[in-house]
Amino acid sequence: MTEVGSESMPTGGEPAEHGDTGEPEEILGWEPEEPEEPGEPEDPRGWEQHDSAVLRLPEGIVLDPSDVDLEFGDDETMIINMGPQHPSTHGVLRIMLELDGETVLRSKPVIGYLHTGMEKTGEELTYVQGATNVTRMDYLSPLHNELVYSLATEELLGIEVPPRATWIRMLMCELNRISSHVMWTATNGMDLASTSMMIYGFREREMILTFFEKTTGLRMNHDYIRPGGVAADLPDGWEDDVSAIIDTIPGRVDEYDELLTGQPIFRERCEGVGIITPEVALALGATGPILRASGVAWDLRQAMPYLYYDEVEFDVIAGTVGDTFDRYAVRLNEIRESCRIVAQILEKLPPGDYRTQDKKVTPPPRARIDDSMEALIHHFKIFTRGFEVPAGEVYCAVESPRGELGCYLVSDGTNKPYRLHVRAPSFVNLQSLPALLRGGLIADAIAIISSVDPVMGEVDR
Amino acid sequence: MTSNLDSDLLSFPGLAQVPSATVRGGLVLFPGRDSYVAALAALRDAGFALCSDLCAVDYLEHPDRELPPGVEPERFEVVVNLTSLERAERVRVRVQVPAGDPRLATLFGLYPGTEAMEREAFDMFGVVFEDHPDMTRILMPDDWEGHPLRKDYSVGRIPVQFKEAPGPR
Repeated sequence: MTEVGSESMPTGGEPAEHGDTGEPEEILGWEPEEPEEPGEPEDPRGWEQHDSAVLRLPEGIVLDPSDVDLEFGDDETMIINMGPQHPSTHGVLRIMLELDGETVLRSKPVIGYLHTGMEKTGEELTYVQGATNVTRMDYLSPLHNELVYSLATEELLGIEVPPRATWIRMLMCELNRISSHVMWTATNGMDLASTSMMIYGFREREMILTFFEKTTGLRMNHDYIRPGGVAADLPDGWEDDVSAIIDTIPGRVDEYDELLTGQPIFRERCEGVGIITPEVALALGATGPILRASGVAWDLRQAMPYLYYDEVEFDVIAGTVGDTFDRYAVRLNEIRESCRIVAQILEKLPPGDYRTQDKKVTPPPRARIDDSMEALIHHFKIFTRGFEVPAGEVYCAVESPRGELGCYLVSDGTNKPYRLHVRAPSFVNLQSLPALLRGGLIADAIAIISSVDPVMGEVDR
Repeated sequence: MTSNLDSDLLSFPGLAQVPSATVRGGLVLFPGRDSYVAALAALRDAGFALCSDLCAVDYLEHPDRELPPGVEPERFEVVVNLTSLERAERVRVRVQVPAGDPRLATLFGLYPGTEAMEREAFDMFGVVFEDHPDMTRILMPDDWEGHPLRKDYSVGRIPVQFKEAPGPR
């Protein structure tokens, strides 16, 4: 139905005839449809194909304002670009909105502003270096990125990770989920004009990042979970730090509840806004809190357990309506569930190795390098050449705070991945944005974009 | 974990003739380009409601890789990962796409969620998905030339000039 960019620009040679031949829409390079009223009957599959599509202005074409008839009537629709520098688009997301007054008729997210070719970079780095690369994709939950990459690599290598390492991974990932959700609550509060929520959220996140810094050396982009285990054991006194975190956070979440959940302004801006049904969410591939808020209790931690999630008890939070408020409630309660999981990990974490003793992937301990030439060579080889991974392909997925984070890894038997593809939940979830925004007000768009929780580093990779 | 599933699935009318393999306990199907959409439709009817992932791979350096009998290796491969929520199972579909004619039917009609993924595969590999509603670049600029994730698109093609670095001679 749309031929994008297929029409060349009028050259402006016939300005006199312009009013006859050049409809403004033709000049823009897309064909307008009759503005559709929201809420019309949908096809049997529950999804209308044309709605998600195509409102795209080729960027290569520069529009000369004199070519456009600016005398729009009152009943004409308006195209507005929101972003990429809009403060509530969580980074460099641009959304093209077709408006009738204040009502959003169609919308289209335009992405790519943060594209840095991380999948291509991943093909140039060894498996040892790879975790440093993928951790930068979703910068709010870096440990999940490292985890899914390590799980995929280990699956190809066929190595077992010691129990302590697996428990440490779980501990760190759940703390990361808390910090990510807290950060989301903070920015969501700010988008909905609750600046105090922003301050509180960052305060709680800082607690967790301080523990991450103590454990991994860095607040973000840790490169802590690596193929074969984790980079270092937990620091002395980690039980006290983690206990302090899980003793504090639930109380703070109750405070958030008081600040936001019971607040009429917040509720009015969230309730009934951006509703998505489970059928549409599934068809669009949405996962994570978006899918769960619509009522599908699908959580990879419980449905297809990885690590030791089958040995801890927690509930999968699901909503009923699928609106912005449900997505808020799901995330808030997931913080509580993660605290439950962390409390169980505190009790269960066994002593032992924090990385596999397989010499192929694990370098010798630092102390041995001083007195053994072989150990030095071995250490050097692992960090310069890396290790070879048997040929094969594998798809691994974990539940990141944003949804199903997958890694499709193809190895051809060398020390570098032949193909590293990351299924980024934000990238896929962003497709549900047109469905969520449709028929809403532009002021609600802020709440809805925020409730999708896109991390642009992961969307663009 | 998928042993029951395999025999179930392969008895479906659309899937009986499709070459398949079991990789690490999971089922991988290798339909041809002409039976690709039919196979995916059969899988969707079998309960695989969620299309988790769609991506392409450029096997330029491995033209003779091993595939199940009856599957002719081509340069490009489109890989689709489907998930069944009821059974908590995954199945993978790998389709061969020749370099001379990199075209494949779109899955947009079956799984609208593949819209962005197919655009990404087109952007990065130049595989054209026919009847896709918006087959344009998604990550690279619209006027970009080439497809960056192809193996013959080398890294470092664009020189980066750092301050203080010696200039070109």
